[in-house]
Amino acid sequence: MNRTLYDKIWDSHFVGTRSDGNSLLYIDLQLLHEVTSPQAFEGLQMAKRPLWRVGANLATPDHNVPTESRELGMAGIKDLISLEQVETLNENCKNFNVQQFDILDKRQGIVHVVGPEQGATMPGMTIVCGDSHTSTHGAFASLAQGIGTSEVEHVMATQCLVQNKAKNFEVRVDGLLEEGVFAKDVALAIIGALGTAGATGHTIEYRGDAISALSMEGRMTLCNMSIEAGARAGLVAVDDCTLEYVRGRPFAPKGELWLRALESWKDLYSDDGAHFDNTLSLQAGNIEPQVTWGTSPEMVCGITSSVPDPMAISDPVVSESTRLALGYMGLEAGTPITDIELDQIFIGSCTNARIEDLRVAAHVVSGKSVAKKIKRALVVPGSGLVKQQAEEEGLAKIFVDAGFEWRAAGCSMCLGMNPDQLGEKEHCASTSNRNFEGRQGHKGRTHLVSPAMAAAAAVAGRFVDVRSFF
Amino acid sequence: MEAFVLHTGFAVPLDRANVDTDQIIPKQYLKSIKRTGFGDYLFDSWRFLDSGEIGMTPNERRINRDFVLNEAKYQGASILLARDNFACGSSREHAVWALQEYGFKVVIAPSFADIFYTNCFKNGLLPVSLSEQEVDALFVCAKQDKRIEVDLEKQCVSVEDQSEFYTFEIAENLKKKMLSGMDDIALTLSQSELIERFEAMHRENQPWLFRE
Repeated sequence: MNRTLYDKIWDSHFVGTRSDGNSLLYIDLQLLHEVTSPQAFEGLQMAKRPLWRVGANLATPDHNVPTESRELGMAGIKDLISLEQVETLNENCKNFNVQQFDILDKRQGIVHVVGPEQGATMPGMTIVCGDSHTSTHGAFASLAQGIGTSEVEHVMATQCLVQNKAKNFEVRVDGLLEEGVFAKDVALAIIGALGTAGATGHTIEYRGDAISALSMEGRMTLCNMSIEAGARAGLVAVDDCTLEYVRGRPFAPKGELWLRALESWKDLYSDDGAHFDNTLSLQAGNIEPQVTWGTSPEMVCGITSSVPDPMAISDPVVSESTRLALGYMGLEAGTPITDIELDQIFIGSCTNARIEDLRVAAHVVSGKSVAKKIKRALVVPGSGLVKQQAEEEGLAKIFVDAGFEWRAAGCSMCLGMNPDQLGEKEHCASTSNRNFEGRQGHKGRTHLVSPAMAAAAAVAGRFVDVRSFF
Repeated sequence: MEAFVLHTGFAVPLDRANVDTDQIIPKQYLKSIKRTGFGDYLFDSWRFLDSGEIGMTPNERRINRDFVLNEAKYQGASILLARDNFACGSSREHAVWALQEYGFKVVIAPSFADIFYTNCFKNGLLPVSLSEQEVDALFVCAKQDKRIEVDLEKQCVSVEDQSEFYTFEIAENLKKKMLSGMDDIALTLSQSELIERFEAMHRENQPWLFRE
């Protein structure tokens, strides 16, 4: 039978059917961070259960860690509740013997940047993490899903996930992207077309020449945002680009094992004629740089468009959501996107804080300055190693010379669980993944964009079409 | 987990689509390492006008009188009526914990986000999917203070004084789990030989996945 990539990974990890009829799926890697793991570790301790397989877990703190004064380590966490959470992760990793890149380790970073960077993310794997952006790792043709804390505990104790199989969704993007249009724009355009629930109950596989042409960083950005279209997981088939990225990384197999792994990974693609339950097809050439104007990632449009008019929308629920979103965002219907004035710029997050993202942003701001009216422009590398590389390549200097703040690795302003937050009513051009109300700070106003668009917006003080920079 | 068989209560209608888990329980409360203490912060930035922090109690907050949960008639409601794609976004199970601690036993909506839907079944909060028309009808009933009954065994929602009822779909395995309230981990571990057998084969086939 012709199988999709998702079918293949599911089949190769299907343990069996539990007595109550549920499927058990074997999990190769569980990534842990401080926010969604403490209750799971506590549950294990209370039931006196060990970890099923210690070596299948890898931890790093990311959500709570401040991005300033990193040299102070734990003492740099001024918020005592955040401190307790990070301390709890330290203790749990020590007690359960789990490998952790702690706050002072240069390999520390956002869990979805760290996994691939270390080669802990490999093709054909099943990966989970108590974080919905775990879908990121699907870029490596691995089935990676965000799970809740009870599921985290279940995987800790059993190495299995209890799950019903999802349906298959094919998202095709054919043709070539214009210069100045990136994976982030593709992701946002797809979410705009599908809607935020468009792929609920499905695993997405991204296909087509525009997808194959993306770098691994680009594929990670794309898969990262699968959850914003409702899909727990997104996938891209294995190709040479995938293998080259994984080769030689610390966790990747070496020598004879590497050759065996290559042999096992070579059929990680969907067979011709495999069945997809749904398909969406986009032409890459039609995708403009995207900007969100509302409070859900589906509320998005091209840079040459204007904020929509709720009165012109016939569906009453959509019309009402649009009206509420514009009220929250403080935007008038019909305002051109390029007229939106900005207060802060955030370049970072598990979506866009890898070296390629920083290179593109640095290219845009090189020799220019952040506009005077911008109160703060942050660049937050995704890991300590990305930070080091960016410094070695001279990118950090470009950012600092232009007036950006250059920070240490963490989730930072993507969700404001740490000191990096938006003020009330401040508009932010952000390379993160969610523009939900209050996500980046109480009453803050988030616009999701690519790193290039955020960089250009920093220079102009408002949104501009970054295609003119290339 | 407590078993869920049948629940009768009043409903509160939350008339918004795509409610995300950041709204259900905002980020600052996720710093807690506990499973409890989230109910006071449910829908925090809609229920309250000020910006809240862990440790604050509702009586020291500025209440948003315009938010439906704060209306006098809906105090004590135990069924949440919502719109499409309820609880999308972040995987935070704290959203389920907050809803339960506030007093909700059931959420009824046309559709739910996947991770939230799964999280509900791990905690005994019943998510019920009905058609948009049926949810519309229940919105009217909720506003009329009608008591609503949700019977999981019969997969049926009914309203007091009304002969009409609405049946809902639910996967048989999830229903069974909810009705019994059984411990998921214990159940899986009762078949640990199955996992061990698979793992041995998997290790043989892909030894690079086993670094230990």
